Amino acid sequence: MAKVAQDIVSNDYQYGFHDTEDYVYKSKRGLSREIVEEISERKGEPDWMRQFRLKSLAIFQRKPLPTWGGDLSEIDFDNIYYYIKPSEKQGREWDEVPEYIKNTFDKLGIPEAERKFLAGVSAQYESEVVYHSIREDLEKQGVIFLDMDSGLREHPDIVKEYFGTVIPPADNKFSALNSAVWSGGSFIYVPPGVQVEIPLQAYFRINAENMGQFERTLIIADEGASVHYIEGCTAPIYSSDSLHSAVVELVAKKNAKIRYTTIQNWSRNVYNLVTKRAVAYDGATVEWIDGNLGSKLTMKYPGVWLMGPRAHAEILSVAFAGDGMHQDAGAKVVHAAPHTTSNIVSKSVSKGTGRTTYRGLVKVYPDAVGVRSNVRCDALLLNEESRSDTYPYMEIEEEQVSIGHEASVSKLGEEQLFYLMSRGLTEQQAALMIVNGFIEPFTKELPLEYSVELNRLIQLEMEGSVG
Amino acid sequence: MSDNATLLDIRNLHAAVDGQEILRGIDLRIGLGEVHALMGPNGSGKSTLAYTLMGHPRYEVTAGEVLLQGENVLEWSADERARHGMFLAFQYPVGIPGVTLANFLRTALKAESGKDVSALEFRKRLREEMRALKMDDSFATRYVNEGFSGGEKKKAEVLQLAMLRPRLAILDETDSGLDVDAIRVVADGVKRVIGPDMSVLLITHYENFLKHITPDYVHVLSKGRVVASGGRDLADRLQEEGFEPLFAELGIRDEAEAAAARG
Repeated sequence: MAKVAQDIVSNDYQYGFHDTEDYVYKSKRGLSREIVEEISERKGEPDWMRQFRLKSLAIFQRKPLPTWGGDLSEIDFDNIYYYIKPSEKQGREWDEVPEYIKNTFDKLGIPEAERKFLAGVSAQYESEVVYHSIREDLEKQGVIFLDMDSGLREHPDIVKEYFGTVIPPADNKFSALNSAVWSGGSFIYVPPGVQVEIPLQAYFRINAENMGQFERTLIIADEGASVHYIEGCTAPIYSSDSLHSAVVELVAKKNAKIRYTTIQNWSRNVYNLVTKRAVAYDGATVEWIDGNLGSKLTMKYPGVWLMGPRAHAEILSVAFAGDGMHQDAGAKVVHAAPHTTSNIVSKSVSKGTGRTTYRGLVKVYPDAVGVRSNVRCDALLLNEESRSDTYPYMEIEEEQVSIGHEASVSKLGEEQLFYLMSRGLTEQQAALMIVNGFIEPFTKELPLEYSVELNRLIQLEMEGSVG
Repeated sequence: MSDNATLLDIRNLHAAVDGQEILRGIDLRIGLGEVHALMGPNGSGKSTLAYTLMGHPRYEVTAGEVLLQGENVLEWSADERARHGMFLAFQYPVGIPGVTLANFLRTALKAESGKDVSALEFRKRLREEMRALKMDDSFATRYVNEGFSGGEKKKAEVLQLAMLRPRLAILDETDSGLDVDAIRVVADGVKRVIGPDMSVLLITHYENFLKHITPDYVHVLSKGRVVASGGRDLADRLQEEGFEPLFAELGIRDEAEAAAARG
């Protein structure tokens, strides 16, 4: 039995390794006022942040678990570490990064060449960023790219102005939890008119049993600025359940543009409950490119609040649910101003007993005339027992609008498989080609190295999926 | 009947779809480098033979043998048949959204040859073959059969034939749905690749195609059996008279009517 389990782990999850834990500080399991105060104190935070955390904790404790979406009943909040700090010092230079963390990067196979393209590598290992560097020209442009803790220390005024304004703690139970115990994440500020040419990237992973990860990201693109942020992450497999609950807030000011790309591949015991939201002012564009693989349950609905005329939202997502996984994902767009536009494309693939749910909301406020919105969700089922559901909510309170919605559910077609196999592709190769083609509208939006990585991850997930 | 060494040998082949027997004892031998035309009214089993030979899982062989240079084809899955040099040009090829023709062809070439082809060499060959078929370069970056017109689909099938160069090409009504000019282009494309290393089973119910490609042998299929075989003259006769006089001569009654009713 144990042998079988081991084989499954090594075959199914190539990143299922883990380092021996070697942490400088690890909080007690469970959550209390004392733990939250201790987190704030160890970080040396200003009093307003301490108050913010405590207020959020009270909200978290008061709010019931959501009754919609996936099954959350097995999360044991008392059995989770809420704060782990791997080393005392921020590694500014690569040499200062602890050896065991470098080993992890090696195992992840982060290509050397890629580093050349990195504007700054912000590697979140455990609960705090340990390595961080910013390319000089970014600094010259006045771009701030820090981990959230350093951001709070070095730029308290900017942080205080925006932190928790896009997603208030009371938004939902998990945003309240994150607001109480957050640690790490990225803080980016792009000054007016500055175009950040290269994507800013962060890698991170979870590495302790029963450890929660609560990173907090805040990105502000000032008027006319543009920035592309990429997070990719992969987690090792563990026997007991693990909770990941991030909050990501984006502020796109007048005519600014933010693209936020995520590829997440959690091990299959992780609850991935993420709140992501952006506000877009006049003429601004926000694009969420969101790929979800792995995890036990993912609940994630990237949102854009279109606050000024002609603002635009683009939400492209892919969800791949393997055996026993549930991907409950979607998109939310609120059209609060006239002539705002949005485009939502959701692609989901369910394999074996995997289950995908598209849950989306398009809301148009009264007087938001000339709004255009288009929603397209396509589901592909690989096996008989695979499942997919669609819940596209529309709340339209203005008549002069154009709203489109298309949905499709298809099964991996026998005729498509036969066609490809008649050209020499094995059944596996044929199925993989069909799936990769299905998600191509998503992959083509990714930088090359990420689309290659995504295809490789899907290939791993697809092994043994047919027949 | 074949003068050359045998490539494909079909012996007493019976096949059923959804429990209904369609092929009822096909015997056919194709020699190396030969072009065989297979004609017959709608419903006679032509496409069923094509799918059965290529190994479609829905077509169940209930009796008989198919040998490719002595090897048992029926043991192989469709992809194994392809890797052994068999090819089917589909009458109704399906679309593969998100997969470009170039990517598909390169993957297929690699799968069939077992080795990678350099991107440069591949592109050069692809462009050559596409020019021969009067296909625009932009075709390579379109998704396989997605939004293709009927004629474009047929050209894309012949393009795959030209790129993959199988030992045995089964063309299932590659001429259907084409206008006169397109038939010529497609026929020229096929003729370009026929040679001593490629045998062809040309399934058609028009004689028109055979004006462009001269078959070495012509076979007539009726109710799942080969009922007549001959040379080019048999095709000429069918063009003049249709199937009915031949069937009457052979004592096959009402086949054309029955076929029309089915078709």
